[in-house]
Amino acid sequence: MDHMLSRSAEDLYWMSRYVERAENTARFLDVSYRMSLLPNDRDDETLHWGPAIAIGPNPEQFYESYGEATPENVMYYMALDPENPSSIYSSMCSARENARAQRTMITTEMWEGLNYVWIEMRDLNREKINEMGLRSFFDWIKERSHLFRGVTFGTMLRDEAYQFVRLGGFIERADSTARLLDVKYHVLLPSAEAVGGAQDYYQWGAILKCTSAFTSYQKIYRGELTPARIAEMLILRDDVARSLRMCMIAVTDTLDILAPDRNLECKRIAGRIHADLQYATIDDVFEQGLHEFLEDFVVRNARIGSQLQTDFLMSPVVEPA
Amino acid sequence: MDCFDEMNGMDGALREAYRDVEAWLENETPESLSRKRNEADAIFRRLGITFVVYGDGGSAERLIPFDVLPRILTGSEWDIIDRGCVQRATALNRFLEDIYHDGEIVKAGHIPDDLVYQNPLYLPEVHGVALPFGVHSHISGIDVVRTGREEFYVLEDNLRTPSGVSYMMEGRNVMMRLFPDLFSKMRVRPVEQYSEILLQNLRAVAPHGTHDPTIVIMTPGRFNSAYFEHVFLAEQMGVTLVEGRDLFVEEGSVFMRTTAGPKKVDVIYRRIDDEFMDPLAFRADSALGVPGILSVVREGRVTLANALGNGVADDKGIYPYVPEMIRFYLGEEPILQNVPTWKLRDEDDLAYALDNLSELVVKEVRGSGGYGMLVGPTSTKEEQEAYRMRILADPSNFIAQPTLALSTCPTFVDTGVAPRHVDLRPFVLAGEKVSLVPGAFTRVALREGSLVVNSSQGGGTKDTWVIG
Repeated sequence: MDHMLSRSAEDLYWMSRYVERAENTARFLDVSYRMSLLPNDRDDETLHWGPAIAIGPNPEQFYESYGEATPENVMYYMALDPENPSSIYSSMCSARENARAQRTMITTEMWEGLNYVWIEMRDLNREKINEMGLRSFFDWIKERSHLFRGVTFGTMLRDEAYQFVRLGGFIERADSTARLLDVKYHVLLPSAEAVGGAQDYYQWGAILKCTSAFTSYQKIYRGELTPARIAEMLILRDDVARSLRMCMIAVTDTLDILAPDRNLECKRIAGRIHADLQYATIDDVFEQGLHEFLEDFVVRNARIGSQLQTDFLMSPVVEPA
Repeated sequence: MDCFDEMNGMDGALREAYRDVEAWLENETPESLSRKRNEADAIFRRLGITFVVYGDGGSAERLIPFDVLPRILTGSEWDIIDRGCVQRATALNRFLEDIYHDGEIVKAGHIPDDLVYQNPLYLPEVHGVALPFGVHSHISGIDVVRTGREEFYVLEDNLRTPSGVSYMMEGRNVMMRLFPDLFSKMRVRPVEQYSEILLQNLRAVAPHGTHDPTIVIMTPGRFNSAYFEHVFLAEQMGVTLVEGRDLFVEEGSVFMRTTAGPKKVDVIYRRIDDEFMDPLAFRADSALGVPGILSVVREGRVTLANALGNGVADDKGIYPYVPEMIRFYLGEEPILQNVPTWKLRDEDDLAYALDNLSELVVKEVRGSGGYGMLVGPTSTKEEQEAYRMRILADPSNFIAQPTLALSTCPTFVDTGVAPRHVDLRPFVLAGEKVSLVPGAFTRVALREGSLVVNSSQGGGTKDTWVIG
């Protein structure tokens, strides 16, 4: 395999992280939106929107500029606010900027796709999103992300660049699945030691739907929704597309392809996380505490990212704003 | 001003080369042309074929307006341009090789030595460096204007980092997509081989003894106005697009940082100006360059294309001497004429220019991009007086030329199809051989009557077809 510029590897890695991030933010907002549609006994509507802010990297910034976590505010902040570095808008812009810097490393179709999103997004504002409907907006973002992934899979040379694109996608996805589960679990669990009643069913169902895992759940468990099974599915299953374990399988595989003969620290870290997921049971996870487990996972997953910088000569980690 | 029209000549009689285009135009309406133009814009925008305009409060990505009516040259017209450009680029390369070695042309008294050796663009740092095939300008953009059926003049030479070739190639792609029928009728000569010839040349000029050279394109980065073109060329040639920060010098060679460690680089097609290339030798504040690269260049262990120090040969002060170079080095008469030029460092020329400001075009010797020039016939009295003061403050900084009646070409504008002035930039490629592909970057001044075609001044582009 021909070796590429370190800077290019880094840009491509971030490009796909940003696309994945935009998609996951859309998924997250989607689930918050669906949950908020239900009549709620805790009639504080900030309940479902506060967590959407809490999951982000900079909740303080939000409360400073917006005050309250009303659905309207959160939606705007997370979807379109250019000041919010992890808004869907900012993520897609960053993805496009990285792609633009690496036009020569990706296919024309990949570039056109991201450039198109950027062109469309520049014209969006609150009114237009309200007009098209929130769900349609989320769907549109998800579609563009799917399209990007599909075009990457369908057109890109299987070279080093491709592997870095894959790597970025899976590391980001692992991060977001873990955060989503963590935050939602928090919100839901107090009212539902065991899932029961139409409302809980709806809410847990929303988590599954937002991770595109509802039908998978039905296929695997063929039955009622329980928090433990949902956690098991999204953490430990090796056949669920967005599960932590699935992401780690992809990450370790990719690292083996990238550096088959090199004994790299990033391979060791990723391999160990993978092994922990492979041999853990969901009871172990609950024993440690789900929250603690997920928090620990997020930190270790981030460590793979920073170790990549060292192992592939990329610049020191500063996540671009 | 009477001028030659590419489609209708001087007398309004349709020229043979445009017969098919005219027939096609007759069936088009302003609406249909407008639709095609929007389609072209959409393609350019989607591909991201933009250039960056620097202005107040940062920069913006813009499209260069693309006109869907082609500019057509016949085979025999092209032959003049082709031979003329090869001749000119060959002489200019010989000139550069000469003045960075023995300076025969200066010694022979054909060019004043201060114009060469005291020129700020002359780089004594690269004196005596041996370059493969003696090529200094691997890619030359020769700006040609037309005033009559077979009257072509060279307006200026661009031997540093000429840009625009991506428009020649992508403009063609877009036209073939929009008007396949015209292409099937008209047998337009292809231009796609440009990148292959360029790559062959770059391989050929690798340092001696390099087997399978590593070639890269070096860009100032994605905020540069021609970034799209750098990407385009890297893609077409399948070479790595690097920035200064990807390269470093160690043990007398240039390396790039890759995921598997350093990799040696042999040829750098650089799109960065001389002064930014090496902060140790030139501008210390340059973050775009590679510290120490000059020493590697001097040792002949990396080849830069174009070479350092070319600015001295495309300087407008040197321009009047190019016909002399052609005679001196090649023993031939110039095929393409220079525009008659008054050198305002000479007293007689200065007096003449000052008396005739309202009819002349006056340019700064080191200006470019259409900035800082006076176009006499279209300027006001106040502008002329202000410019007169500037000239008097430093006459040697200016040249003057007659205002040429640049040819016009039918162009689709707000009022319909109307004639607009055009120029032509063919790209000459030099390696072991000197050649060009049958095509060029045609720029068109979109404003009625305007003679300024630069994209930074509201110019647009057209596809250039060589037929027959």
